[in-house]
Amino acid sequence: MSSAKQTVLEPPPPSQRKVSLYAVHEKAYPRFLNKGTFRRLKWLVMAVLLGIFWIMPWVRWNRGLGAPDQAILLDLPGRRAYFFAIEIWPQEVYYLTGLLIIAALSLFFISALLGRVWCGFTCFQTVWTDLYVWIEQKFEGDRNRRMQLDKAPWTSGKILRKAGKHACWIVISLLSGWGMVLYFDNAPSVTRDLLTGQASINVYGFMALFSVFPYLLAGFAREQVCIYMCPYSRFQSAMFDEHSLIVSYEGWRGEPRGKLGGAVQGREAAQIFEGRGHCVDCKLCVQVCPTGIDIRNGSQLACIGCALCVDACDSVMDRLGLPRGLISYDSSFNQMARSRGDTSVKTRLWRPRTFIYLGMICLVGAVMVYSLSTRKTFDANVLHERSPVYVELSGNRIRNGYTLKILNMVRQEGHFRLSLEGVAGATMSVIGIDGDGRSTIDLTTGADEVGTYRLFVTAPKGSVTTKKADLTMVLTNLDTGRIIRHQNMFAGPGQE
Amino acid sequence: MATNAEKDPVTGQYTTGHEWDGIKELNTPLPRWWMGVFYATIIWAIGYWVLYPSWPTLNGYWAGTLGWHSRSQVVQDIEQAKSAKAVYLAKIQEASLEDIVKDKDLLNFALAGGRSVFNENCAACHGVGGVGAYGFPSLADDQWLWGGTLDDVRTTITYGIRNSNPNSRQSEMPQWGGGDPLSDEELNNLAEYVLSLSKSSSDQAAAQKGLPIFAERCSPCHGEAGEGSQAVGAPALAAGIWLYKGKNQKAEIISQVKNPKGGVMPSWTDRGLDEATIKTLAVYVHSLGGGK
Repeated sequence: MSSAKQTVLEPPPPSQRKVSLYAVHEKAYPRFLNKGTFRRLKWLVMAVLLGIFWIMPWVRWNRGLGAPDQAILLDLPGRRAYFFAIEIWPQEVYYLTGLLIIAALSLFFISALLGRVWCGFTCFQTVWTDLYVWIEQKFEGDRNRRMQLDKAPWTSGKILRKAGKHACWIVISLLSGWGMVLYFDNAPSVTRDLLTGQASINVYGFMALFSVFPYLLAGFAREQVCIYMCPYSRFQSAMFDEHSLIVSYEGWRGEPRGKLGGAVQGREAAQIFEGRGHCVDCKLCVQVCPTGIDIRNGSQLACIGCALCVDACDSVMDRLGLPRGLISYDSSFNQMARSRGDTSVKTRLWRPRTFIYLGMICLVGAVMVYSLSTRKTFDANVLHERSPVYVELSGNRIRNGYTLKILNMVRQEGHFRLSLEGVAGATMSVIGIDGDGRSTIDLTTGADEVGTYRLFVTAPKGSVTTKKADLTMVLTNLDTGRIIRHQNMFAGPGQE
Repeated sequence: MATNAEKDPVTGQYTTGHEWDGIKELNTPLPRWWMGVFYATIIWAIGYWVLYPSWPTLNGYWAGTLGWHSRSQVVQDIEQAKSAKAVYLAKIQEASLEDIVKDKDLLNFALAGGRSVFNENCAACHGVGGVGAYGFPSLADDQWLWGGTLDDVRTTITYGIRNSNPNSRQSEMPQWGGGDPLSDEELNNLAEYVLSLSKSSSDQAAAQKGLPIFAERCSPCHGEAGEGSQAVGAPALAAGIWLYKGKNQKAEIISQVKNPKGGVMPSWTDRGLDEATIKTLAVYVHSLGGGK
């Protein structure tokens, strides 16, 4: 290739130039500024969230003998989910749907109020990336030194710094993977098994999987996850309106921007900034941005609303003796008003949009609380047997077979009474329970178990004149008195 | 080697130098880590060629130094499954049928095992779930030709019916249309009487005339009230359940009297089922709904 004739194509004139869909990836080197309100808030949020993540699985909750005592546990092999006093069976996964709806609506609500605060402060991608960047700058220095180091040849010093960083990242990744695994198994015993090499290959596999993700996503992919992978960044701006408080550059005050000239010393700020904007184009806001954007270009897709540029700009404004808030949480409505010189406008938090979101959250929450508090403690599934659909017995009788499953969702033995409705003269027998031709049968199902019974229902031919008659199984919980009615069918030959 | 690589103004990258209808391609080499993985897989593959069956040779193939074979893997899996079953089968071999039904573990094993053996060997005639067919009795109803206790069912499966096994169940219905023939009218009256036993006759006068014929010729085996006899496999005629069931039941009865048919069932010990398997089969058949 070195011998190749290399010519440079002339780019077309600007009028004919099309907007390119191609973007070269430029690595972001966020500058680390360990001061400011929002930086402190981010540390606090990170400490709280990571604390919850690692401590929660160790919280115990007594559920009685033979039941797991972990407060939050997703027992996949046992097909149960435990959340403090709540125990969910697989068919009740709609509670998870409710939870996800509430989460989505909360995201809409908070976005309408405060922009992308979820992205900027609480999203796990942000929290872990923040931690990884902090480790990176501990080993490799701040922005400029990291840029130099990446360009520098591989010396032993560079190798040491890079190796130290990666070692630290891997330790945190492994801790993260370990933390995830704890939610799926008894935390103390699975930790002991992991440390002593006794855990199953599944546990190690999932821990490895959960460890690889923070390493790749927080270590390497970083802002590309927010810009290219995350769906929220694409639609959150639809939740904004002119009253949403979003991180924004007050262009009316900053422009026209320009570097400070030579003769600054000894002059009052008011004199220096006579006839020009307050932005001194120091680019600190760009340097601290974790996604590498310039907030002065206005609200944009890549902005995750972390407010680190607010801290950065405030520090510069302080030094210049100018009021803070050249970059701040502000609504476009307020900005418009201020640019007209009107400082009396107040932020409108309560708008139809926020009312509707909050109302929907309350509605879904109320439905969930209601359904949880009136949750069935038992349920029944009945399956009509198909081979044979019905059997003709002597004495002009027909028999149908069913598989009856009783789900006893409490931690005590359940007692149930089964009876039939809808087919005249129908009687029952259950395999393994003595007695034929009974009108009611009492069944016992063990604590937290699914009882499976083979049920035969026999009826005189005369009472079923169609090929399919409706049959209702009535199951009464003798402990609570609650009744479940299960519609099924009784098949016969029909009229002959 | 292309010689006219150009620098692309938009990306600042060089092109490969090829051009197809005005379309040029940026020269973006594969990442080094990707190439590394690629070469590593090639080296890995060489290890595979040596260790596992790989290349065809003139009169066979390279079997690999490990001696691995997918067939022997299957054989090994089957052996494992068999040895896992053997524990239960040994217990079932020892236990009586009544004990198997009482033991929850053995019962579950017998039902599951019996079902698969039934579907493989019996369902062809008796239908899935023992639903039965024309000439092949239902195993799910409450009527049995040769008895419906666990023991009866086991005996029937073991030796079969009307076959060459000396212990098989034997019986034959005489042909009443032959040596001492019944007239067409007598046949009609007899059939009406048989129908009347299950309260499905439409001609009471004819049925009354059929009574003496039945009492004389049929009741020794089928019983005076048509209750049948399990000792000789004579079906009950009063139950309303017909082995040879047709749209015109009277015609079916007349046909059976004139030219009797007798079903044949093979002996399943002769067909190669062992004692424990037949026990699981008996437990399964007994559970279909008609077990006594």
